[in-house]
Amino acid sequence: MPSQTAAHGGPFAGIVPADGEEPVFAPGDAVRIRTLSPVGHYRVPLYLRGKTASVEAVIRPAAVDNEEEGYGRNAGARRHYYRVAVPMTAIWADYRGNPADSLRIEIFETWLERI
Amino acid sequence: MSQHHHDHDHDHGDGHGHPHAEIAQTGMPGYYEIMETAVRELLVERRLIGADEIRRQIEVLDSRTPALGAKVVAHAWVDADFRRRLLANGRTACEELGISFYDDTQLIVLENTDEVHNLIVCTLCSCYPRPVLGLPPDWYKLKAYRARAVVEPRAVLAEFGTIIPDDVEIRVSDSTAMVRYLVLPRRPDGTEGFSEEQLAALVTRDAMIGVVPVTLTAGHTAKGALQ
Repeated sequence: MPSQTAAHGGPFAGIVPADGEEPVFAPGDAVRIRTLSPVGHYRVPLYLRGKTASVEAVIRPAAVDNEEEGYGRNAGARRHYYRVAVPMTAIWADYRGNPADSLRIEIFETWLERI
Repeated sequence: MSQHHHDHDHDHGDGHGHPHAEIAQTGMPGYYEIMETAVRELLVERRLIGADEIRRQIEVLDSRTPALGAKVVAHAWVDADFRRRLLANGRTACEELGISFYDDTQLIVLENTDEVHNLIVCTLCSCYPRPVLGLPPDWYKLKAYRARAVVEPRAVLAEFGTIIPDDVEIRVSDSTAMVRYLVLPRRPDGTEGFSEEQLAALVTRDAMIGVVPVTLTAGHTAKGALQ
């Protein structure tokens, strides 16, 4: 069994990444988009808060939080955004169309929780 | 300064010979217009930015048009290796072609197939892949499009004349943070003998947003229903 740090990409074992360097979620993970109510600038639309989603992809490289950037704090800690998928039928009870139709959106790590 | 009389017989070289109202700003500027002017003047006055920098950024934006995106799409259609790189990382693949990204946005290119149709929207504002497509069309910024694209995408597409069969999956990408999206449309049948340049001429802005397919008559009929 390779050590966890081998996933970091390099040939050397034992490298410990800093908090936030490695993505917390992986493709296929089931997550919930958190229900937060930030005052002021936000990037997660209201219609998706509290919805269950599955992670489609980790967006690289890690980036600053747009919501912090909105206040000029653009040099802070970086974390990953995730492209997540939510079935349309899970968002709109009366959705008409193929049940496979989905909404895709990028969500910053702090807005997601594992379920 | 003498008044410009519009009585000489010219047509601006574009058939623009019809009479029209004076092209001038009328009425008071709106709230946001005044705020933009005030902020800009303050920034210039305090030497945080200069008029040259504002002009330069306008030139950067003006140099980006859907013709760039069309070249990217046509190149992906004829070069399988490039297509693979484009789908893996839209930004670095565009940069290969000399299309610079002047901000921190990433680009995800979404491939339309006979099984999946992608549609792009920004429900919060007007996020758009400006480095490759230039400024978004007005309808893209309207609340009607922004709201309805995520609620009833099939009805919105139908209004553009695009009927998506029930067995084709629709993926609506809501572009709201640091990623921008570009649709890689399907290459139309009957274009096997086309050069890359001929292919690029078929690819319209609306096809790269995902509201219409690319067709052999594209460019003449692909004007959006919400235009």
